[in-house]
Amino acid sequence: MANLALRSLTKSYGATEVLHGISLDVADGEFVVLVGPSGCGKSTTLRMIAGLEETTSGIIEIGGREVNNLEPKERDIAMVFQNYAIYPHMSVKKNIAFGLRSSKMPKADKEKRIQEVAGILDMVDLLDRKPSQLSGGQRQRVAIGRAMVRDPAVFLFDEPLSNLDAQLRTQMRLEIKKLHQRVGNTIIFVTHDQVEAMTMADRIVIMKDGHIQQVGTPEEVFHSPANTFVARFIGAPSMNLLDGHLSGNQVTLGAGNAVDIPALQGGNDQKVLLGVRPDDLHPDSTNPIIKGTVTLREPLGSETLIYVDTPFGEIIAKADGRTPPQVGTTVQLGADPENLHIFDAVNGDALS
Amino acid sequence: MSDIAPSADTLLMAKPAPRSRNMGQILRWLILFIGGIAMIMPIAYMISTSLKWPHEVYNVNLIPEEPTIENYTYVLEDGRFYWWFVNSIIIATVTTICNLLFDSLVGYTLCKFRFPGRTIVFIAILCTLMIPTEMLVIPWYLMSQSFGWLDSYWGIMFPGLMTAFGTFLMKQFFESVPDDFIEAARIDGLNELQIWWTVAMPLVKPALAALAIFVFLGNWTAFLWPLIVTNSVDMYTIPVGLSGFGDEADVAWELIMTGAAISTIPTLVVFLIFQRFIIRGVVMAGLKG
Repeated sequence: MANLALRSLTKSYGATEVLHGISLDVADGEFVVLVGPSGCGKSTTLRMIAGLEETTSGIIEIGGREVNNLEPKERDIAMVFQNYAIYPHMSVKKNIAFGLRSSKMPKADKEKRIQEVAGILDMVDLLDRKPSQLSGGQRQRVAIGRAMVRDPAVFLFDEPLSNLDAQLRTQMRLEIKKLHQRVGNTIIFVTHDQVEAMTMADRIVIMKDGHIQQVGTPEEVFHSPANTFVARFIGAPSMNLLDGHLSGNQVTLGAGNAVDIPALQGGNDQKVLLGVRPDDLHPDSTNPIIKGTVTLREPLGSETLIYVDTPFGEIIAKADGRTPPQVGTTVQLGADPENLHIFDAVNGDALS
Repeated sequence: MSDIAPSADTLLMAKPAPRSRNMGQILRWLILFIGGIAMIMPIAYMISTSLKWPHEVYNVNLIPEEPTIENYTYVLEDGRFYWWFVNSIIIATVTTICNLLFDSLVGYTLCKFRFPGRTIVFIAILCTLMIPTEMLVIPWYLMSQSFGWLDSYWGIMFPGLMTAFGTFLMKQFFESVPDDFIEAARIDGLNELQIWWTVAMPLVKPALAALAIFVFLGNWTAFLWPLIVTNSVDMYTIPVGLSGFGDEADVAWELIMTGAAISTIPTLVVFLIFQRFIIRGVVMAGLKG
């Protein structure tokens, strides 16, 4: 196990810089998820940590040791790939043992280690099978087994669940989290799925266009997003953003209604965006904000999502699952003041 | 016979196949039949001639009037044929092994490594495909003469130890090997040569099998270069040796055909060994990973 540090890391392909000096500290045994849309640089960052991509500038440290000039095999890391990367011509056992190929461990110890890993991943009965005889989830477990068998300082996961169906993805998510609790190694996990990030991570790193937008616990990034990008990326459905004007600690919306934001202490006179998550916006709130007409309903069982046409465009709110407002009715939507977020309308940074 | 005969109603309800479909089917079968005959005839005629007496060789009948195995006895007892056979086996085998190693090594390098000039090197290799062998034999000969390779195994083999076609074929097949496999092996601590041998090569077995068949057959049947580079009868390969059967007045076709019939055996063996890899490769390619 080891800590990991990235210092002002940049990556360029020719004249195009795709990573713009990112810095990050990952504690020993921490589970950190890099999340962001396609092209944000999360996989590039992971591949640079692995040594599969050269670093243009900056420093990568694993266990306090600079590894920039070390080969992947010398970095004491193991990686699980999106497409599993288990060798189709080898049995499960040989695939797992492959990770120990260059190890000087005695043969008996290697065998013991393989059996131990197979036991942890519940694959003892599958050791003689070929990958073509395994399901997607089992293949992914073999890939994890091959990484585990070496007991590396840092595990790197590159979107390992994106090829699995929804049910299996949920199951594997749980298994990886349990595995982390059991082995306690440092894990860097890359995904574009914010649900995966929220459910698995000790800390989430949200990236966009080669920049880190926010680093925080799942609760922090959800409840206190650093900017409008994070606010809209984390949480489903996305946060509603309404144009407004800030004066003191009061936001006046375009429709004329004013909303008090107690958390905001004496803001400047400026254009802002008022953010409110659909989960926090209800038709029966005691603090009404905006009026509109219900255009669509999405029943989710205990709750119903309602799409409401307002002077600011369509916004999404959540209503009771048993007695949701009918399509075509006018509703007054509101939210508790502590669940309102204010962002600078120009740069998108959070003000509250 | 079935106990349950189809009822008249069932027969009436069964739709006859459309006439145009039947015609298309017949046409397809006819083309395949003609193709099959065109393939089989030379082989059948070769075997037939090998079983004929010299006076019957120019009769076009497929079944010999007086079949004989005398030609086989003569050819097999002739010490020269034994040496030509051994020479051909050595040359075709060594050349095939070298092609499998060198072509795949170069193909893998050109496919999986990024280095300046990679495309130029690849294009240069491809360009050599456009130069006919007839143009190359003179420089090859001069080279062989300078190095003292005339009338030797090395002299016969050196031009074909690595081929542009094989390099191209292997490069294209290595494209289908996901980079993740290579990178995973790199992280697991293998060096580049180990990755090529342990990870990449087993994944392109169908291509290796196809290349092995092409190279083996190509060298087994090669005539022009072995004829030019060899002088002594003991260094001849089968095609060169067989062409010498007979004298200035007449060609001993029955002996040539006998030698040719015997010489097809190794090519059949090679094909039977490697064809299962090709078929397996085709089957694997059709399955979702």
